[in-house]
Amino acid sequence: MSIAQNLQAFTCPLPLRDYPNIVMGHGGGGKLSRDLVAHLFAPTFDNALLAPLNDQAVFALNDARLAFTTDSFVVKPIFFPGGNIGELAVNGTVNDLAMSGARPLYLSAGFILEEGFALDDLTRVVYTMGQAAKRAGVQIVTGDTKVVEAGHGDKIYINTAGIGIVPDGVNIAAQNARAGDAIILSGAIGLHGIAILSQREGLRFDSEILSDCAPLHDLVAAMLAITRDIHALRDPTRGGIASALNEIADAAKIGIEIDERAIPVPRDVASACEMLGLDPFYVANEGKLIAFVPDEIAPRVIEAMRSNPLGLDATIIGHAVAQHSGMVVARTPIGATRIVDMMIGEQLPRIC
Amino acid sequence: MQSLDSFRDEARVRAVMEQLARVATREWILMEVCGGQTHSIMRYGIDQLLPKQIELVHGPGCPVCVTPLEVIDRALAIAARPDVIFASFGDMLRVPGSTTDLFQIKAKGGDVRIVYSPLDALQIARDNPGKQVVFFAVGFETTAPANGMAVFQARREGLKNFSILVSHVLVPPAIIALLGDPENRVQGFLAAGHVCAVMGYREYEPLAEKYRVPIVVTGFEPLDIVNGILACVRQLEAGRAEVENAYPRAVLREGNVAAQKLIAQVFEVCNRKWRGIGEIPASGWRLRDEFRDLDAEQKFDVGDLRVNESPLCISGLVLQGRKKPNECVAFGKQCTPAKPLGATMVSTEGACAAYYRYARHTFAVVSEQ
Repeated sequence: MSIAQNLQAFTCPLPLRDYPNIVMGHGGGGKLSRDLVAHLFAPTFDNALLAPLNDQAVFALNDARLAFTTDSFVVKPIFFPGGNIGELAVNGTVNDLAMSGARPLYLSAGFILEEGFALDDLTRVVYTMGQAAKRAGVQIVTGDTKVVEAGHGDKIYINTAGIGIVPDGVNIAAQNARAGDAIILSGAIGLHGIAILSQREGLRFDSEILSDCAPLHDLVAAMLAITRDIHALRDPTRGGIASALNEIADAAKIGIEIDERAIPVPRDVASACEMLGLDPFYVANEGKLIAFVPDEIAPRVIEAMRSNPLGLDATIIGHAVAQHSGMVVARTPIGATRIVDMMIGEQLPRIC
Repeated sequence: MQSLDSFRDEARVRAVMEQLARVATREWILMEVCGGQTHSIMRYGIDQLLPKQIELVHGPGCPVCVTPLEVIDRALAIAARPDVIFASFGDMLRVPGSTTDLFQIKAKGGDVRIVYSPLDALQIARDNPGKQVVFFAVGFETTAPANGMAVFQARREGLKNFSILVSHVLVPPAIIALLGDPENRVQGFLAAGHVCAVMGYREYEPLAEKYRVPIVVTGFEPLDIVNGILACVRQLEAGRAEVENAYPRAVLREGNVAAQKLIAQVFEVCNRKWRGIGEIPASGWRLRDEFRDLDAEQKFDVGDLRVNESPLCISGLVLQGRKKPNECVAFGKQCTPAKPLGATMVSTEGACAAYYRYARHTFAVVSEQ
């Protein structure tokens, strides 16, 4: 069969046929991104490790279980309140490893630089990456540099890949979440997205909100010290907690019920969202996690999380249920219910 | 000013619901005019808590939804031009035209930018003197002052590269059209608080009197909405038909007089076609003749456009409150927010999108997954 015929042969070509060109939403972490992965990448690269579509692949090599992941960073602006693209590139990949329970070990760093980009700025970015790697206890052991003509990139794009070791007895994956699980959120949402937005050119919105960009593997280690029985973890980056919860509901074939009032939204984030017509549930975070754990051990897990500086506000936001499989339903502030849907397209482009 | 949280308080909302249950002795059908209110009703699940005898039907007050397809196509034709920067509120980007949408124009190299205010578009024009900057000025009376201000400033600064594509619509003529329809079922209206914040509510007084229908100026938070419903039902039960202000923290009877003056300087009333409803006399604003050089429709000859509506879409009936979104055969099947057939499924203020996004667990629909 020709490539064209193969392309026709996908299980459901509809979402791709709707868009003859890539639109920004394909990179937004919502439904369009998911369609692209599910209908193009996954069936083409077809293998058992990729199929679960977690943020990392976990596999055995000799006696060790390794986690392996990669992530690209195109955030705009590259310097933002509370961090920069370099720090994000290290922490983002560290967190993708940590969400499998892995202890991150080694990272690669690939740089795509635009002709004319100020070396001072590159130095700041690289220096922060070094600091972030030290903080996370990982080494950046290999890398690559490419330069594109002025106008063909936007200052700097970074790709990082990472490898970590998954401790024995740990088996964390979205599809392992079960009805009855308590859902724990590690802290307040919306900080990274609103911090970026406050810096964006053209949006004259003044805010002191700092990105929550941070490595989460120590927090995960503290949780694993209490129990190995953590079912699923996600760091709700692009698409926010709404998309992360929908992905887990979908992967595990469970329903999810959350209480809107239990979800910590900082007052500044809430007002910024009111002003801009955004829903904080869809705004990106870079230093938060969502955990699915058996209900009976949830209080002890939360206690352990609260002893870590990144988990001080950890709290139960809801439960996994057997009903309405694949659907996230929230109890609204006035005591009714509503669906919390997967994001369509994107809310804010180039957030990470 | 109280914090918004107090307007979303379960106990306070329930207390009003209990009063409502005591006051309403029979069935009443009310329409919330504004899409922002529809969104709030579905977002918070207000409809689930209402006493059974109160039915809400959703009105035409979603500017994205009622913008005619030919205007969308005109916008797309202008946005695709290489000499143009096209600025729009984010909601308009996903509205399907006959063949494409603004996102896809952008993907093919069109310079389409999301702005939060027409004054941001004006700034883009100042910063890009070599480009024509066009702002897509859709909306009800609420957005007219800012659009008028952008035009006013562009004229004052002598900016030659700024124009707006106008599709302004007005609430009172739409209410008249609905009430004049022999199939009308609506017995009371919740008027749109933000529109009234600009225009005041004097213009509704003759309507309430002529058509013997209560009109209650209503806000957007859950407590505002249930208070608006309660006020409306009290009038109906008492046989009264008056204009009442249940949103006094934002609305005065006179409205914002300075904004009204600016609007009158820049815009004039015209007939306007509403998507899915048809032409309503004197239901829109266009730029006055003296501002025609700032009118994108005059500036860009995009020719006669032939439009092509989906035969399945019943958005017109939804916008008139004659059908609920879940009564459409395409709802949640051929038509979802990811692949909308009509504008009511696109905008966050569209009734179909609100039903799909927030409430499809409350009625049986085959989801697209």
